[in-house]
Amino acid sequence: MNVLEGEDRSRFEATILPHLDAAFNLARWLLRNRTDAEDVTQDAIFRAFRAFGTYRSGNARAWLLQIVRNTCFTWLRQNRMAAEFMEFDETTMPQESENPETLAMAGSDREQLTRALETLPDSFREILVLRELEGCSYKEIAEITSRPIGTVMSALARARAQLRNSLSQPASKEARRAV
Amino acid sequence: MPCDQAQTQLHGYLDGELDALSAASFEKHLETCPDCKQSLAVEEALHQSIQKANLYERAPESLRKSLLGNPQQLPAVRSFPATRFSPGRWLAVAAVLLLAVFIGWRQLQLPRGPSDAQLMAASFVDAHLRSLQPGHLTDVESTDQHTVKPWFDGRIDFAPPVRDFANEGFPLIGGRLDVAGGRTVAALVYARRKHIINVFVEKAQPDSHWNGAGEAQGYHWLAWQQNGFSFCAVSDVAPTDLAQLQQLFPAQ
Repeated sequence: MNVLEGEDRSRFEATILPHLDAAFNLARWLLRNRTDAEDVTQDAIFRAFRAFGTYRSGNARAWLLQIVRNTCFTWLRQNRMAAEFMEFDETTMPQESENPETLAMAGSDREQLTRALETLPDSFREILVLRELEGCSYKEIAEITSRPIGTVMSALARARAQLRNSLSQPASKEARRAV
Repeated sequence: MPCDQAQTQLHGYLDGELDALSAASFEKHLETCPDCKQSLAVEEALHQSIQKANLYERAPESLRKSLLGNPQQLPAVRSFPATRFSPGRWLAVAAVLLLAVFIGWRQLQLPRGPSDAQLMAASFVDAHLRSLQPGHLTDVESTDQHTVKPWFDGRIDFAPPVRDFANEGFPLIGGRLDVAGGRTVAALVYARRKHIINVFVEKAQPDSHWNGAGEAQGYHWLAWQQNGFSFCAVSDVAPTDLAQLQQLFPAQ
């Protein structure tokens, strides 16, 4: 039985743990709750540590975030009601009539944006958090979410349209939020 | 370019992910299509309001401490379980090794992937590109270092060294918060003749002591460490201008 010795442990601390904020931020937005995010991030870090033997080099943040999102989705499957997982109809067309100024004003409200983001389906919220908050490149997003890179741009387009849609009809989805 | 295609490409354009050719053809489409132009403005406004809302949530100190402060907390890692191999398996292992050697050899023929420093630089160049979008350059616009410096108080957990170098040919234009490499960084904006220079400043990270200079997407970058900060200057000015600006930041 090979056990990673101190050297690997410090290598883990030096390469993976600097991305702890990224891991927590993604978990927080996927789970929509800081307390759960703290537990699940810790769990994901442990998983990453156990899997560190398979990490060679390359993008440490993407490698960790992939583990985090998988841990989150597993957690969600186990802890949330099936109703939460109803497939979202991605063909729903967004409203097209926003004016940039009003949108900018409305969007500047942190709470309103948070609420709008939290009402989005998981996959939309995930891609928006990775791009807008985490600043991931399309290539990293493809790697983290295990989707072909060619689909990232259109997925982002749909997610942003949905976010604008959600911003333009505040409060009505309050009920969905209360889990 | 048909409009529905442009409506998707718009996102790649906004995110700086289009190659030069697609970006050019998208811009050409924009010139003749007020609808797409309007959509771009809407998406930019949305992007900006998300950035301003400061939605990023950092890991709580308790979590960091439980993982960092106490390494014993982490369970032992098993890299590979030692399994007993039958002779047949050894043959399979040999075949896999042969394949691995072949693939490794093929990999050597390919250009090497980007280094960490290149990835870091790329994220700063991305941030620089984003800052050049209309309305993205500064959160606080002032040539007065005594206005820009206090602006960062409470917005970021360190005090970036803000200096105006107008007399040396690098007037301060302002500052803003930006996100690069997944971290919130301070961006100091300087002008050099007609060009913009972003100087990204963050607290030096334990994992990255990267220094150096290079070019990405047609922009030059220069990174250095000083007084516990990591700096990365990005611009389309000549590398010598960046080096000159670097010299102006006083060593304390």
